[in-house]
This record gives sequence, C-alpha cells and structure tokens, in this order.
Amino acid sequence: MRIAVAVKQVPDTAEVRIDPERGTLIREGVPSILNPFDEYALEEAFRWRDELGGTVVVITMGPPWAESVLREAVAMGADEALLISDRAFAGADTWATSHTLAAAVTKLGDVDLVITGKQAIDGDTAQTGPSIAASLDWPQITFVGKVRSIEDGHILAERYVEGGIEVVRSSLPAVVTILKDANTPRLPSLRGKMKARKLEIPTWGIDDLGLDPAETGLDGSPTRVVTISTPETSSDGEMHRGTPEELAAALADLLLGEEGS
Amino acid sequence: MASIEVRKDTCVGCGACVPACPYGVISMEDGLAIISDECYLCGACESSCSFGAIIIRQDKSEKVDISEYSGIMVLAEQRDRVVDHSTLELLGEARRLADSCGQEVLAALLTSDCGDWPARLVEHGADRVLVTSAAELTHFRTEPFTQIVSRMIEEMRPAVVLAAATTTGRDLMPRIAKNLNTGLTADCTELVIDGESGNLMQTRPAFGGNIMATIVCADTRPQMATVRPRVMKALEPDPARAGEVVEFPAAHGELDSRTEILEFLPLEEGEVDITESDIIVSGGRGVKDSTNFALLEELAGLLDASVGASRASVDAGWIPYPHQVGQTGKTVNPKTYIACGISGAIQHRVGMQSSDRIIAINKDETAPIFEFCHEGFIGDLFEILPLVIKEIKKRRS
Repeated sequence: MRIAVAVKQVPDTAEVRIDPERGTLIREGVPSILNPFDEYALEEAFRWRDELGGTVVVITMGPPWAESVLREAVAMGADEALLISDRAFAGADTWATSHTLAAAVTKLGDVDLVITGKQAIDGDTAQTGPSIAASLDWPQITFVGKVRSIEDGHILAERYVEGGIEVVRSSLPAVVTILKDANTPRLPSLRGKMKARKLEIPTWGIDDLGLDPAETGLDGSPTRVVTISTPETSSDGEMHRGTPEELAAALADLLLGEEGS
Repeated sequence: MASIEVRKDTCVGCGACVPACPYGVISMEDGLAIISDECYLCGACESSCSFGAIIIRQDKSEKVDISEYSGIMVLAEQRDRVVDHSTLELLGEARRLADSCGQEVLAALLTSDCGDWPARLVEHGADRVLVTSAAELTHFRTEPFTQIVSRMIEEMRPAVVLAAATTTGRDLMPRIAKNLNTGLTADCTELVIDGESGNLMQTRPAFGGNIMATIVCADTRPQMATVRPRVMKALEPDPARAGEVVEFPAAHGELDSRTEILEFLPLEEGEVDITESDIIVSGGRGVKDSTNFALLEELAGLLDASVGASRASVDAGWIPYPHQVGQTGKTVNPKTYIACGISGAIQHRVGMQSSDRIIAINKDETAPIFEFCHEGFIGDLFEILPLVIKEIKKRRS
C-alpha cells in the first residue's frame, strides 16, 4: 500500500491583519504553517499504513521554502517527501495546481490512494482534491468523516453530506478528501523529528514532470483574481442596554416577532 | 511564461506592496518597488497597489472562441425526490444574470424520478430544462453526473454554469471544470456579469474571511462557479412563465461508476445538520462549560433551532465538532443567528456573517461581534438567557 498525501503550506489566516488605511492584507511576518486540515489527511494515511503496511509519501507544490511543511509531515510519520517546485508553477489556481500534482502522482507510479485535507485555509476552495482525481481519471470520495476499511482493492468510507452520512465504496486507486471528524492527528515523535532533519527531499520541476508551461502556473490557470477588497462591516447594528429583565424582554420581542405574540 | 513587472513611470514608491507580500520578496530601492526573482506570482502585491503600477502578465497561447458560448446553466440538486432550495436560489440568480445580458437560463436535472419538478424549475426562472432520467441517478454519484453534465455543457455551450456549494456541488464541479479545461470559483457570494467583457465577476470570501476576492475566468468557457446556499434569492414561482422541457438521455457507458453508495444513514432524531437550520443558538468561550450549553439547548428547543458553537467551545470539549461554526467548522446562513458569549473573531465570523439577522449577547462591550451584528445585547448571558426562556414560555402560554 502506497499512500500519497498532498499538503499545502498556508499563511496562518488567524495572524493576517488588515491595513486599516489602505484596506490591504498585511502578510509580512505572518507565520506559514501546514494547512490544519492536512494534519487529518496525514493521520488517516499513517493509520492505514500502520495497519496494512506500506509507505506514506507527502507531496507539496510551492516555493522552495514550502519544504518546511514536508519536514513537519515527516516528523509526524511520513516515510518519504517530495517537493514540486519550479518558477513555471508560480501563480497556479486550483486547475493548474491539481494538474501538476496529478503529474507528480503519475510519475511516482505505484500510488494506491491519494489523500488530501478537505480544503486549505487560505483559499477555502476544496477543489484541488477532486481536480486531482479528475486529472488522474480516478474515482473520488470527498468530505470523508470516517474511513471504515481498505481491503481487496477497495476503500469503504463515510461521506458526511447534508442530512446524513453516505456509506461509499470505491475501487482503488482513488482520491479521498478528509474532514476533521475522521481522527485525531498524532504529534511529531522524537524519532520522526530526527528523520525530518536528515531526510533528503527531492525537488521535481517542470522538466521532471514532462509538462508544458502553458498548462502550469499562472499561464495554465483559467481563473485569476482581479480585485481584492475588505468585507463590508455593518456597524449600524442596534445596541441594547439595560437591566437583564429589560434586555430579556427586548430579545423575546425580536425572537417572537414573527409569531405575532 | 507569465511575468511580473513594476511600471517605473507609475510606481510612486509608497511601499504598500512590501508588507502585502507573503514571501518578503519586495524591497524599495530609490523610491521604486523591486520584486526579486523569488516571486511566486501570488498577486497579493498587484491588488495592494492603489496606482496600478504592478502588472502580472499571463502568457496565453491558445485562445478559445468565447463568443460561441451563451446562456446560464444551473445544475439542479435533488434529494429524496425533492429539488433542494439552493437550486431555486440559483435559478433566481441565473435569471437576474441572464436578463442583465439578454441570455437564456438552462436548468439541468439528473434524476430517477423528476415528478413535476421540470415545470416547477420553469416557474422559478428556467427557460429550458434538460432532464436525464435513469434509475442509476437516484442518488448523486460523481462519475455519472460528471459525464452527463460535461456532455450537456459541450452540446449546449453555456457561458456560465452554476451549482450550489453543497457537498454535491463541491464534489462534482471541480471534476467537470478539470475535464473541460475551464475555470471554477468556489463558494461565491456575489455574481455580476461585466457589461463590456461579458465576463462573470465572481466574488467570494478568502483568507479566512479577511478579504473578498473577485475572480474572473476570461479566456475559457464556460465560467463555472459554486454558490453559497441561502445567499441568493429565489424568485416567487410564476405559473404563467413559459419554458421548454428537453429530454437528454444518458449515452452508453455514462451511467458507469467505480464508486457505489452502499447505504445512507440519515441524521438521527435530535441530531441536526446546523447548516439546514433557520435559527441557530450558538455558544462561545463565554458559555464557560459544557453543562451551561443546556441553557442554549433549552432556548433552541423553544425556537425549533439548532445549537452551534465557536471553535473555542469545541476545542474545550464542551460540545462536539459537528456543531462548530467558522472557518474550520461549518458555514451557516440561517435566518437568525444568536451568538452567546462569542467574541466574533474573523475565523468565526466567516462562517456565519451571511446570516440574515445576527443577534449577539456579550458582556464585553468591545467584543468584535458588536461591530457586525444586527442586534447587540450588552449583558451577562447567564442572566439574560434564563429570563428570555421564561419570557417566551409566558408569552406563549
């Protein structure tokens, strides 16, 4: 069993500030972290590797310094790591990103399962996982809250959807996107940290993947961000002050308003 | 290859781009922004520049003839034979967009039992409804839906394709967009067609809700978007509206799937999917412990509401994760959101800010939630909530 986990280095959006005068994002000094959802994707991969044997390879596409999240994943338990980095990959949207990551999975060759986090916290698109599946022409199970079993060339998983849970069985190879409900991620181990420090991490660029620059990075991206604005704040809300009794009466008026009582 | 350039005649040397760069690759030299070769073309500086001095150029060799595409297509979503309300909202929005540029609205319904829904989709704004009927289409499955909808798009050539940003839409749309080599924007909250270019301006929250990004797909068609449920408005059904229903039979092999749904486990009595609730009573750090959530549950019971929570209360173990609202939890848009003891940090806000009415109860007058709520109650929730519960019971009796 070889499981590839695609992860992303993201800015810690909790630390992003807005320049109040210009209304622009201040990202200087904002720490870069492993996308929180990806910790659950990694843990799910480790769980099944520990049970079935095999290896977990962690992959990321990004600038050279994105390597740090790969080392973090190795410290948690990944066996191998792979950095996909090239100037030609810069500015990629989800189409170009998934296209490139899928090419890396194809080149790896013997991957049975690709796992990603549900979404990344910077873009929040949840599109890269299913797009990788489309690029590979593999089946997919998205929004997985629990993986029940992996056996006989199939994966059985619970998809958390509106109104309930779908129990879905898919043939392997497949792509699965993981929710936080699935598990509790392990902490980096001492042995893992030592391995992470020493591990040689290969970098694959556009030539390694045999891709055309027209299908990667900004040039290969059908979408582009044209404007960025700060969300409007409705500071004209009504404020209620008074004794608890007065406040409770006013709140009851609001809540029961439509009942006409 | 794509490139980035600072226009020397336009750059005023204000330095706004320097802190905007997440990678720290911009410096100021002699009153001019200099971008190093390590630039990753993320575009953060381009949008931070008030003078339009930073230009990122795409190198697009192949062009698609976008003039061949016209019309707005809505993918209908059906659960238990009922078309989801989000589909009706999309039809309302599609109608508005189509009328703004004189185009038609198409609806695609893949179903095993369409009932009277094709006619009802027309009443809600569709000009043409494409219906594919097959027993295999009872439940959404990625591969058959991808194949059939992809062929519909290739034959109908709509300029825009919309689906709800539900687990179905977010599973299906990336797959189609990848196959058709076109762009997809996730979870949009605002859509406008630019009169000049005909491009769909797709606006959505990003960066944990810190910013709103407007995205275009200028060179390929269709322009695909998933749209956040409960944001757009459905039209009042008009039985006098005329429309056409077109059968679109599945072709050989299109119903094949490598995944199968073995069973569906509906939520049990008492378990609620908070994204489906009209009213949510939500608790944050100020609720202080798990037993106090009983107070919120009691109020929720009276209002036929569900109980939500901030990340702080979930992390503290007071309430399980399915109740979490916010960036790493669920995005909700109820009619009324009652935030009890929630400070309103951006990560929470992004998950509930499109609620129709936000009511906040907090002791701390300076809590950020009071900056964007519609009704703010400054006070102790442990005093106010029991009295509200009592008051509601009294008024109803």
